[in-house]
Amino acid sequence: MKLSNNPAIDTATKLVAVAVMMFAFVFVVMVPLYNVLCDALGINGKTSGEAYTSVQAAVDESRLVSIQFVATNNEGMPWEFGPTVSVMKVHPGAVNDTVFHARNPLARDMVGQAIPSVSPSRAAAYFHKTECFCFNQQPLAAGAEAELPLQYIVDQDLPADIHTITLSYTIFDVTDMTRGAVANR
Amino acid sequence: MGDHHHGPAKGLSRWLFTTNHKDIGTMYLWFSFAMFILGGAFAMIIRAELFQPGLQLVEPAFFNQMTTMHGLVMVFGAIMPSFVGLANWLIPMMIGAPDMALPRMNNWSFWILPPTFLLLASTLFMEGGAPAAGWTFYAPLSTTYAAPSVTYFIFCVHVLGLSSIMGSINIIATVMNMRAPGMTYMKMPLFVWTWLITAFLLVAVMPVLAGAVTMMLMDVHFGTSFFSAAGGGDPVLFQHVFWFFGHPEVYIIILPAFGVVSQIIPAFSRKPLFGYDSMVYATASIAFLSFIVWAHHMFTVGMPVAGELFFMYATMLIAVPTGVKVFNWVTTMWRGSLSFETPMLFSIGFLVLFTIGGFTGLMLSIAPADFQYHDSYFVVAHFHYVMVAGAVFSMSAAVYFWLPKWCGRMYNETMGKTHFWISFIGFNLAFFPQHFVGLAGMPRRIPDYALQFADFNMMSSIGAFIYGLSQILFLYNVIATIVAGKRVSEPKVWDGAEGLEWTIPTPAPYHTFEVPPAVK
Repeated sequence: MKLSNNPAIDTATKLVAVAVMMFAFVFVVMVPLYNVLCDALGINGKTSGEAYTSVQAAVDESRLVSIQFVATNNEGMPWEFGPTVSVMKVHPGAVNDTVFHARNPLARDMVGQAIPSVSPSRAAAYFHKTECFCFNQQPLAAGAEAELPLQYIVDQDLPADIHTITLSYTIFDVTDMTRGAVANR
Repeated sequence: MGDHHHGPAKGLSRWLFTTNHKDIGTMYLWFSFAMFILGGAFAMIIRAELFQPGLQLVEPAFFNQMTTMHGLVMVFGAIMPSFVGLANWLIPMMIGAPDMALPRMNNWSFWILPPTFLLLASTLFMEGGAPAAGWTFYAPLSTTYAAPSVTYFIFCVHVLGLSSIMGSINIIATVMNMRAPGMTYMKMPLFVWTWLITAFLLVAVMPVLAGAVTMMLMDVHFGTSFFSAAGGGDPVLFQHVFWFFGHPEVYIIILPAFGVVSQIIPAFSRKPLFGYDSMVYATASIAFLSFIVWAHHMFTVGMPVAGELFFMYATMLIAVPTGVKVFNWVTTMWRGSLSFETPMLFSIGFLVLFTIGGFTGLMLSIAPADFQYHDSYFVVAHFHYVMVAGAVFSMSAAVYFWLPKWCGRMYNETMGKTHFWISFIGFNLAFFPQHFVGLAGMPRRIPDYALQFADFNMMSSIGAFIYGLSQILFLYNVIATIVAGKRVSEPKVWDGAEGLEWTIPTPAPYHTFEVPPAVK
């Protein structure tokens, strides 16, 4: 393909097109592809942000898996936030419920967002949340408390060598983001 | 048609408006040397603080600004522009072209650099100080926790990328369209080959860096969450995007250096380069592999084992084409009629020290071992062996080799050799002990360290001061040569040198090859 009669301009035009394509590549390919790969492979212990729906009946009662709950506050997040039960022993396939507890100690309304991560990351694809407070942002009025529900199923196909799964939540202060205001700088 | 043989314009406007590849090359070289001194000054502050354990001279926050600015200025201000300058001077002369293909764009790609670095340096005096997240500026250090000056930094990176892309497009357009009749691709000097491949790498990855900083800009100012977990993003994504640019970037720095020593070693061995074809293919292989190894910089972020293995093996594979090159250089010297003028000394210094840097790279590529080496001084030692003893030594070699051609005067050989030996000793004293402290557990980018590292750090600092001072000798030698060096007039300044640039008069006239030479 010839874009110009001057061969040097022709080469340069094509190269500019390559540069523009590579810039677009970052946004159109790299970012979505990274997110897809993380979801599919559980890289970084990422779990699905969607509720799991296809509940299967068979409960594997021959097996017990320990589920540990960990809660962390991101820097500057003043909420009291943690699990009510720190370890649960569950059968793969069974539907389990637990509750996290949160309190906003400040005299102003705030919004929190919990981000989950599963360890070992290999287990992330087998840990299904049918209901989770982390699917939504959590508004808490000044001084208010809340019980945050979590319902999950451990897949029957969980590799046999995994006996313990740690589910970690980090709670972030997203009050400024939800106001539509620009981050606090 | 006017006067073909007019000389340069007079005064400042000559430099501001010039489209002459030699003028632009000269400006690039002087600019990069100025940045080398600036980045070196930052390094001296770092080494002075690390001379003894404890905090003596600077605040930790300022120390972080120094490591960050040192890296940014050296990579983007000193090394990259110095090789672009060399390309401007030499590529037209090596392929028998009268000038670069796009001379006005050439002027632009240089002149946007100095204001950009002025802006970058000015962030040191802004509220909150300069960027301090390291030259790799990982999010969220460079977004959530950055000083307000990060916006200026992002703008600077955009402009630097633009400059590099314009420079590369120019080089590719020149090499593809302006070769003298008979100069087929496989007859091009290796310096031209390595730069052609480097330019393609730059066009491919500088936009990726621009994308990374654009995402940072949007996270900081426009409420997006590319790198913020709170909004559904991921800080690790930044590392992937950055290193997708960053790994090709390190070959962008080293490939032109390969080209330089591939010109110099045959000249002082008085033999043609051994294995020219394999050198070309090895360069292309390295460039290809550079795109599929980026995650070896981030083995510790938590990747699936399959990922660790893939990036480990792909990285180790790079040792093959690199080994081909090293053996070719050694074989070129084998049974050659060697002489050891300053350019040759720097080239051999490059060969030895770059190989050491390559071996430590191979150690770092072993994923399980990397968990210990990661972010330690071992890494610092590794990349200074390839960046300084690789890129900067070859650049010094290039200046000594072609300076007589450029200005028609010979440098002082004794002073040149002194510069080499002081550099060589200073460099090794500075960076060799860093392998030991790194393996023993000293992390990089810290202003203070545990007491057991004190002796090696003191040696390292003394070495760094020696290396830094030796560059003043270099500067003096170059200026003394230009002003009052012994005149040389034979076209072939070095008896063993081959190539079209040695067929034109010395000093190189302002306009060369207005009539294309015949290449047999």
